[in-house]
Amino acid sequence: MDSAATNAWKIFDEVKPDMKPKEVMEEANRCLFCFDAPCMKACPTHIDVPLFIKKITTGNMKGSARIIMEANPVAATCARVCPTEELCEGACVLNDASLPIMIGDLQRHTMNWAMKNNPQLFEAGEQNGKRVAVIGAGPAGLSSARELARYGYQVTVFEKQAEAGGLDTYGIVPFRLPKHVALWEVEQIKKLGVSIQTNTEVGKDVSIQAVLDGFDAVILAIGMAHVPPLGIPGEELDGVFDAIQLIERVKSGHVTDRFSGKKAVVIGAGNTAIDAATCLKRLGAARVQIVYRRSEKEMTAYPFEYRFAKEEGIEFRWQTQPKRIEGDENGNVTSVVCAPIMLGEKDASGRRRPIEIDNAPFPMNTDVVVKAIGQMRDVPLIEAFDLAHDHGVVAVDPLTYQTSNPKVYAAGDVIFGNGKGEAMVVAAAEQGKKTAQAIHEQLLSKI
Amino acid sequence: MADLHIDFAGIKSKNPFWLASGPPTNTGYQVQRAFDAGWGGAVWKTLGDPVINVTSRFSGLNYGGQRVAGFNNIELITDRPLEVNLREIRETKRAYPDHAIIASLMVEPKQEKWHEIVKRVEDVGVDGLELNFGCPHGMAERGMGSASGQVPELVEKQTYWTKEAAETPVIVKLTPNITDITATAYAAAQGGADAISMINTINSLMGVDLDTWNTIPNVAGKGTHGGYCGPAVKPIALSMVAECATQPDIPVPISGIGGIENWQDAAEFMLMGASSVQVCTAAMHHGFRIVEDMIDGLNNYLDEKGLASVSDLVGRSVSKYKKWGDLDLNHKVVARINQDYCIHCNKCHIACEDAAHQCIEFYTESDGTRALKVREQDCVGCNLCSIVCPAEGAIDMIDQPSDVSMTWNERQRLISTFGG
Ligand SMILES: Cc1cc2nc3c(=O)[nH]c(=O)nc-3n(C[C@H](O)[C@H](O)[C@H](O)COP(=O)(O)OP(=O)(O)OC[C@H]3O[C@@H](n4cnc5c(N)ncnc54)[C@H](O)[C@@H]3O)c2cc1C
Ligand SMILES: Cc1cc2nc3c(=O)[nH]c(=O)nc-3n(C[C@H](O)[C@H](O)[C@H](O)COP(=O)(O)O)c2cc1C
Ligand code: SF4
Repeated sequence: MDSAATNAWKIFDEVKPDMKPKEVMEEANRCLFCFDAPCMKACPTHIDVPLFIKKITTGNMKGSARIIMEANPVAATCARVCPTEELCEGACVLNDASLPIMIGDLQRHTMNWAMKNNPQLFEAGEQNGKRVAVIGAGPAGLSSARELARYGYQVTVFEKQAEAGGLDTYGIVPFRLPKHVALWEVEQIKKLGVSIQTNTEVGKDVSIQAVLDGFDAVILAIGMAHVPPLGIPGEELDGVFDAIQLIERVKSGHVTDRFSGKKAVVIGAGNTAIDAATCLKRLGAARVQIVYRRSEKEMTAYPFEYRFAKEEGIEFRWQTQPKRIEGDENGNVTSVVCAPIMLGEKDASGRRRPIEIDNAPFPMNTDVVVKAIGQMRDVPLIEAFDLAHDHGVVAVDPLTYQTSNPKVYAAGDVIFGNGKGEAMVVAAAEQGKKTAQAIHEQLLSKI
Repeated sequence: MADLHIDFAGIKSKNPFWLASGPPTNTGYQVQRAFDAGWGGAVWKTLGDPVINVTSRFSGLNYGGQRVAGFNNIELITDRPLEVNLREIRETKRAYPDHAIIASLMVEPKQEKWHEIVKRVEDVGVDGLELNFGCPHGMAERGMGSASGQVPELVEKQTYWTKEAAETPVIVKLTPNITDITATAYAAAQGGADAISMINTINSLMGVDLDTWNTIPNVAGKGTHGGYCGPAVKPIALSMVAECATQPDIPVPISGIGGIENWQDAAEFMLMGASSVQVCTAAMHHGFRIVEDMIDGLNNYLDEKGLASVSDLVGRSVSKYKKWGDLDLNHKVVARINQDYCIHCNKCHIACEDAAHQCIEFYTESDGTRALKVREQDCVGCNLCSIVCPAEGAIDMIDQPSDVSMTWNERQRLISTFGG
């Protein structure tokens, strides 16, 4: 990279600095060390929060890291991307009496220590002779692989991308979650003897039959796929992008100047939309507007993401429905024509139904349109496995994560129901852990 | 993973962390919960002739928003019948054969009383005995506890009587309410004690309520002196351990007690010569679960230091603890302010100006900002500025090159040889 490129990359550095030593000690000592603590229950992976914080106060950083990672194999990522005010911090008893403990920041501090010092925290269990295949090296797949390795399984993870980590590596913007954080977590799992085969797509590079035949159990952790089409005219014009692909390119280090000085419209208001919008800002876009057909209240992005976007200068156009994208004679985007929206009764997802106001369309001039209206499902692969599913959401037993094929389990975004708010890394990690436990319980009887 | 096992005067325990005699060791239920949580041993709540306890009993000293910087109590020994305690000790020992149970004892200073109680508790299978010569309230009025513990002859005599009957190791628990703890420690050793433990609680009155003018705590509007413990007493306890550990004529193992909250406190006591540690207040404040980090933290620390066993830690700082007369008079340190870390609260300046040697002065940097620096030739190296400094790393105390070492004792010897 030349120096201009290096500079361009700098703006993608992690925004939030680590806590300062004095801040860490003051904050950690403020923790009450509650018994049966609500923060621990509110964490989907049930990290023993009071204990990891107590260990910070006694200078036992290795112990602190062990407590955190015992419960959550992708805790360095989670410390950066979890909606803590809705989870652990939201449950802190000090919310009423004072201010909640900054649990996410303390966790990030411990995990930063661990990334720097690389202590050996876990060991692989004694080999039990059973083999498990994990398809997809996102947080769900990695977390199940780590647990299975500790139980003594021989684990092979198939990952179609060049690097493991799933959306942690490719999907969440680098200034919130640097790629090296996710890759460090991958390293910890590899150290337990887990084989991660990248550039290996199941269904293409490895056959489904080979996976089903070659292993004692299979975990489907393929997450979701790309952004679906908007289904409006003009989508093929030059200047229309898929948010996830856009971020993926930036995370892979491709910093382009094609957005510099441009006007951009991002369609959708979940965390993908916010990440794409803030990414565009950093790539030099002059004006970035997020359009969403519902209101601020229905937006699925977390409050901290929304705050961050506003700080970054992103504008929000609520109750606005894109109708068509228009271009010039060369096929370049020039505007999105939108219709205003009224909100009606609540629909099945519990949110108010958007109703279009006819005869009032208006154009928004723009050079770039980024679609961020959710993610598609890899239905062909799910059907090739012959698994029961609902619109691509794989059906599982809620306790065992077993699919309609008893040998195949599924965890993470691939089982995340539509209309249920935002999918979370921490939920994927917990499901991975639980799936590993279920497999162990099931196969144990055969060992 | 280092080996945390200890053999304390013949009492074996899988780690050096014991619960001290007190409310957390009142019943079998509690001691069993503690063993489940990881404690290596427990000194049972002191047994003796039944007493009646008052209510309320405890109070806490809060400091700057932190609760329980210190703790005080006016509780006596166990108020449960001896038979009940003995039955629960027997049950607990059966269920937890690998954990150490030590019976704490306090009876009138009579030979037959000691013989009788020793026999009864040893019958139920305890691993050792601890003689409570420390309780500063209630029992002292009856000639027991610190009333015997402050008189070296009584300590020696009662230890001797106990040893006459005892088959298990005898630990003598010392009171800090005495001018020189080595006097009673020496007496215990003379009486045949296998080990000593310290400290019991310190005489204290926690406070006075500014609205009611009652003492804190109070019993129906009246109060009395109680025993002080918790984090605030740690330095006192540590110095007493050091005093005993450095005395060659007190050649017995020491169990360190007083203000221990975490593995770091424990490690300090062990470095100063304690080969087991006991905890009361911290368990009362946070529950038995604190032992998890004590074990884990100590383990990681020993690994980091390359020590294979916790016993390798014991006493490593004892030779560094000296009499004042053996300190080098020529040694010099000076304070130095690190501008990169200074946050400009000016607290060091005012501390030195008003309470030390007026040598931290303001100057103006080339860019016009005001900063502080130490006039090193006038700095006496007292540490005050670095103590009040709230910013980690902003004030370092720097060793200065000095002449050959010369202690006060050496100097006096020289003067008497050449001067007089
Ligand atoms: C832009 C964006 C921002 C987000 N921000 C947050 C946030 O702030 N906080 C938060 O908690 N969550 C956030 N999320 C959600 C979070 O990233 C996901 O919930 C989480 O990554 C799901 O984990 P997973 O393991 O199920 O799937 P993924 O992370 O999607 O991993 C699935 C993996 O499977 C691989 N794969 C797919 N098919 C195959 C195949 N056939 N063969 C081999 N490999 C295959 C994929 O390449 C991928 O690596 C965000 C998501 C996006 C898109
Ligand atoms: C409420 C309370 C009751 C105690 N009772 C006894 C006792 O019965 N026998 C005894 O030897 N020490 C007793 N102690 C003293 C403790 O064992 C210990 O020596 C002292 O509290 C210092 O340790 P700490 O700072 O860890 O609390 C008691 C302490 C407290 C706080
Ligand atoms: S701790 Fe509270 S509830 Fe329990 S005995 Fe004491 S005063 Fe009563």
